[in-house]
Amino acid sequence: MTQTMTPPLTRANVPAVEVLSAEKVYPNGTQALRPVDLTIQQGDFVSLLGPSGCGKSTLLKMIAGLTAPSDGKLLRWRQPIARAHKSLHKLAFVFQEATLMPWHSVRRNVRLPLELEGISTTEANKRVDEVLELVGLEGFANALPRELSGGMQMRVSIARGLVVQPDLLLMDEPFGALDEITRNRLDSDLLRLWKERGLSVVFVTHSIAESVFLSERVVVMAARPGRVVEEVCIEEPYPRTDEFRLSSRFAEYSMKLQQSLLSASQDSEVRA
Amino acid sequence: MNRRTLVHMLFPVTIGVVLVAIWQYLVVAFKVPAYIVPSPWATLKTLVSNWSVLGHATLFTLEITLLSLLVATVLGVIIAFIFVQNRMIETAFFPYVVLLQVTPIVAIAPLIIIWINNTVVALTICSTLVAIFPIISNMTLGLRSVSPGLSAYFKLQNASRLQLLLRLRVPSALPNFFAALRIASGLSLIGAVVAEFVAGTGGSNTGLAYQILQAGYQLNIPLMFAALVLISAIGIGLFALMTLLSKLVIGRWHETEQEHRQ
Ligand SMILES: Nc1ncnc2c1ncn2[C@@H]1O[C@H](COP(=O)(O)OP(=O)(O)OP(=O)(O)O)[C@@H](O)[C@H]1O
Ligand SMILES: [Mg+2]
Repeated sequence: MTQTMTPPLTRANVPAVEVLSAEKVYPNGTQALRPVDLTIQQGDFVSLLGPSGCGKSTLLKMIAGLTAPSDGKLLRWRQPIARAHKSLHKLAFVFQEATLMPWHSVRRNVRLPLELEGISTTEANKRVDEVLELVGLEGFANALPRELSGGMQMRVSIARGLVVQPDLLLMDEPFGALDEITRNRLDSDLLRLWKERGLSVVFVTHSIAESVFLSERVVVMAARPGRVVEEVCIEEPYPRTDEFRLSSRFAEYSMKLQQSLLSASQDSEVRA
Repeated sequence: MNRRTLVHMLFPVTIGVVLVAIWQYLVVAFKVPAYIVPSPWATLKTLVSNWSVLGHATLFTLEITLLSLLVATVLGVIIAFIFVQNRMIETAFFPYVVLLQVTPIVAIAPLIIIWINNTVVALTICSTLVAIFPIISNMTLGLRSVSPGLSAYFKLQNASRLQLLLRLRVPSALPNFFAALRIASGLSLIGAVVAEFVAGTGGSNTGLAYQILQAGYQLNIPLMFAALVLISAIGIGLFALMTLLSKLVIGRWHETEQEHRQ
C-alpha cells in the first residue's frame, strides 16, 4: 500500500452520515422503513443486519442519495445529500450485484469513475493497477466480465468502488453470493483496508457472523414494517483474526444478535 | 474457420444445392416450357447473356438500397436520440412514426414520384420510409434498456447527460442497433424494388424491378427469374454483411452472438 492512497484524516470530527428521522414509503404504499435515526462518524464500521425485506437496501440507497426519504432528513458530512457530492468527500457504493459494463474489460470497468472525473489515463491506470492487486485480480485486467466467475466479478465491482479513494464506502451485501472461504478472506481484506485508509463503512448483510466479525456497531433491523430495532456494539479490538471467529466472545455476540432478531420478528407477527 | 462456422455455412449451402438440383430435374423430366418455369441452368444462361443490362440494373438497385439504408440509419438513430432525451417528445411524435410504418409504401410512392423529379432521390425517399421504422423503434428501446444498476451507478458518479448517453446508453443499445440494421437492410431492398415498380420509369436509370416489368410484358420468364435471383442475392449479401458487422463489433461481449444462433 503506497502512502499516496491514504486520505487525509483531518476531518475526523465531522460525522460522515446523519440520518434524522428519515422514513420511506414507496409510491405503491409499502412502508419500507419507519423513521430511522443513525449517526456514523468518520472512520466507523457499521453493519445493517436484518432479514430480507426489512429495508436495508432502502436505507443504504437513501444514504447514497439514490432514493429520497419520504419524510425526515439525511446529511453527509453535515451537508444535505443533494449538495454533498460537491464536497471534497468521496462516496463509493458497491451494489448487491456486480453491475459491470459487459462491453468493457476489467480495467476499463474499474477505470470508469476516474474517466468520468476526467483524470488522465496514465494516472488512472496506475490507480487501477493498485486496486486490482488489492482485490487479487492483477492478472485479469484485460479479461471481459463474462470471462470471470461471480466472485471475481464482485471483486471487480469492489475495486471500482475503492479506486476513487472514498471516504465513505457503502456496501450492499457485497459478499452475499460468494462461498464462505472467499467471503472470509474478503472480510479480512476489507477490515485491513478500512483501517489503513480511515474509511467509514456501512455494510449491509444478513449474516450474523459476518456482522459480528466486521463491525464496531451492528444496527439490527426487522421487517413488516421495516424498522431499526437496536444497535449492538461489538467491543472487540482490531485487528480481528480468524481466532476471533472461534472465540466464546464471538459466540456471545452472535447469540445476542440472534435473540434480538428473533424477538423483533415475533413482534412483527403479533402486529400482523 | 472453426468447425461450427463450417457447419453453419455447409448446411444451408447443401440444402440450396439439393433444391436447385431437384428443380433442374423436375423441369427437365416433365419438359416444362421455359415460358412457364425455366430451369436453373436456363436462368443462369439468361443471366450471363443479359449481363450488360442486368449488371447495370443490379448496381442501380443496390445504389438505391444502400443509400436509403444509410439515410434510414442516420435519421433513425438521430430521432431515437431525441426520443430518449425527452419523454414528451416521444409521446408527441411516436404515433406519427407508427403512421409512417402502417401506411403502405405502394400507396404513397406515386405521390412522392410526382413531387420529386429526380428518380434516384424519389426512390431513395420511398425506400427510406420503409426502412426507418425498425431503426427508430429498436434504437429507442435499446437506448432505454440500460441495466438499472448501471444507471444508478452513473447517477452516483454524477455523470453528465452526455457521458450517460455515450458511455452507457449507446453501448447498451448496440445489440438492438445491429438487430435493427439486419431488418432494415432487407426492408430497404424491398422499398427500393417496390418504389421502382410504382415509378415504372424507363431511361438510363433503371433497376431490377424495371427489368422484371419489362420481362413480364415480353413474357421473357427466364429474364424475370434472372432478375429475381439477383434481387435475392443482394438481400442475402446485405444480411450476411450486417451479421458480420455485428459479430465484429459486439461479438466478443454480447451473449447471443456467442451462442451462434440467428
Ligand atoms: N421500488 C420499490 N417500490 C415498492 N416497494 C419497494 C421498492 N423497493 C423496495 N420495496 C419494498 O420495501 C421493502 C424493503 O426493501 P429493501 O430492498 O430495502 O429490503 P432489504 O432489506 O434490502 O432486503 P434484501 O435483504 O432481500 O435485499 C420491501 O418490502 C420491498 O418490497
Ligand atoms: Mg437488499
